[in-house]
Amino acid sequence: MSAVHDPELRLVLPRRSIRQHLVDVWRYRELWSRLVRKELHVRYQKSVLGFAWSMANPLFLLVVYTIVFSILGQSFAWFGIWVLVGVLVWNFVSTSLATGAQAITSNGYLVGKVNFPREVLPLASVGAALVHLMLSTGLLVAVLAVTRFQVDWGYLWLTPFAILTMVIMASAFAILLSALNVYARDTTHLLELVLLAWFWLTPIIYPFELVTQKLQNHDAWSYWHLLNPMTSLLIPIQRGVYGKAVIRDADGKVVQRLLPDLSQWWYLRNIGIVFVVSVVLFAVAIKLFDRAEANFAEVI
Amino acid sequence: MTAIVATGISKKFRMSQSRSSVKDRLARRGGGDHQDFWALRELDVTVEQGETVGILGHNGSGKSTLLKCIAGILKPTTGQVQVRGRVASLLELGAGFHPDLTGRENVFINAAFLGISKREIERRFDDIVAFAELERFIDQQVKYYSSGMFVRLGFATAINVEPDVLLVDEVLAVGDEAFQQKCLERVENRRERCTILLMLARITSGGSAAGRSCSITGSRSPTPLRAKRSESSVSTSTARSTRAAPEPSPIPIPAFRSGRSRFGITRSLALIYVLPGEPVDLAIEFEATEPVTDSVLALELHNDRGDLVYGITSDAIGAPCDVVRSEASWWCR
Repeated sequence: MSAVHDPELRLVLPRRSIRQHLVDVWRYRELWSRLVRKELHVRYQKSVLGFAWSMANPLFLLVVYTIVFSILGQSFAWFGIWVLVGVLVWNFVSTSLATGAQAITSNGYLVGKVNFPREVLPLASVGAALVHLMLSTGLLVAVLAVTRFQVDWGYLWLTPFAILTMVIMASAFAILLSALNVYARDTTHLLELVLLAWFWLTPIIYPFELVTQKLQNHDAWSYWHLLNPMTSLLIPIQRGVYGKAVIRDADGKVVQRLLPDLSQWWYLRNIGIVFVVSVVLFAVAIKLFDRAEANFAEVI
Repeated sequence: MTAIVATGISKKFRMSQSRSSVKDRLARRGGGDHQDFWALRELDVTVEQGETVGILGHNGSGKSTLLKCIAGILKPTTGQVQVRGRVASLLELGAGFHPDLTGRENVFINAAFLGISKREIERRFDDIVAFAELERFIDQQVKYYSSGMFVRLGFATAINVEPDVLLVDEVLAVGDEAFQQKCLERVENRRERCTILLMLARITSGGSAAGRSCSITGSRSPTPLRAKRSESSVSTSTARSTRAAPEPSPIPIPAFRSGRSRFGITRSLALIYVLPGEPVDLAIEFEATEPVTDSVLALELHNDRGDLVYGITSDAIGAPCDVVRSEASWWCR
């Protein structure tokens, strides 16, 4: 036959190694970006406001929380910015997980008919959520610019590392959940509850120090809260964007403690720990996904 | 060079009632309320590069499972498949098309599924659209397409990305006759460079494109598709193994000479299959032991369900059919 080109040999095996999974995902990065675009496109196709809707949600939450917390007397200066940071970051993780969990099941029409590395689907969900985060970050930047808010650049450089870690963590969970959801649709329902609890366990609309102080009052280790990986990843971002750890009155007296008044390295260390955990979790997720995917096409 | 080498592939399906909720799964944990079904067992397949192979088998014989394993959609329970080059599978035309996206977007996504770069698909895009004859509708959402348009776009994408291996599952039976013809021609053209695997439930128009056919039926183990062992209905037998394009090969039919008869067919050209729209030459030679006058020859064509498709008599066309004591032949076209 024509020996013009020697096409590469592809193997279909019952199992693939973690490395092979990663290589395959890289080879299909074009598909990934297409699927991300598809997900965004399909979601906003028939809506007049389109992408503006992704801004409407955090803005609405911002208004609600600000009103509620003002009434409760738990509000503090520039509370809106504090909430906005938390909500935007949280929305990335919760959307990644919620859409990621359904990535395989809702694309059953593809899984049964075309061959491609299946983990691209949950990863595309994470990708779409990341695009949302980027867009809404634009909104945040606009708010900061308009209000001439003072950010703390000494801490702000931690944000990309926190986001990167969050992407790895969200990807790991999305891959795991997407596979689990194929076999047990209960996953989706359970996930809703877990996300609700997780939201309130993360210092998104209340300050981190509120919890530490309560724990100190009970003579407990005051940093239990950091065991929540989202906390470890969120507080460096809040520290950078919100710009201060404590609120002082005109005399320089501390009125309210928001975040630990510690160095960048303390914050970075926390990110580092979660990073290592996330990478391990990612490897585990791929491993389990590999076991599960053999039967995807049949079960769906 | 071999294009497809599958060694010892088996595929087990687990049959059970819907186990979609945790409660059900827990309830079943102890009972083990499921049955295993082996769709394929210990199957070896070797296909050379550039070969066109048809695989015959009834519904449920494992054709599609085999094809999906080769395509990588299903992972075999045991064994491995090696495929050389780019694989386009036409398991269902337009598979992977998202209804809410336009034809254009779907072509790009479909190409991405095959691992094709954006630049390459941009280069071929016009060919694809032209082949599918969808120039006017390419920016319409696919959900507004007719099923014929859908299928045309699916086929056009798959065939125009120049796959090294093309897996086709009974899809050539879709679309109108003209398009079918075009598809067959294109498959024919690709033949030299492309390995084609056709799955057929029965010999149809698509079968004529196959240079070699194997069937998945009994429990024998002949050459091209080797099945070591098989449960129920899977294994193979060779129907034909010539590489050349199928030419009607003469099959001798024994002369019909019973006591009462004075007239019998000695030989006829048996057609294996016919391409749609292709002229057919039929030659019937017959022999009479004594002079026959005033005879009429009738020809009836039946499809595989036994329905009469066409019928003609020598009488009706005014062809004389007098046989004088010896051999004669009758052609029709």
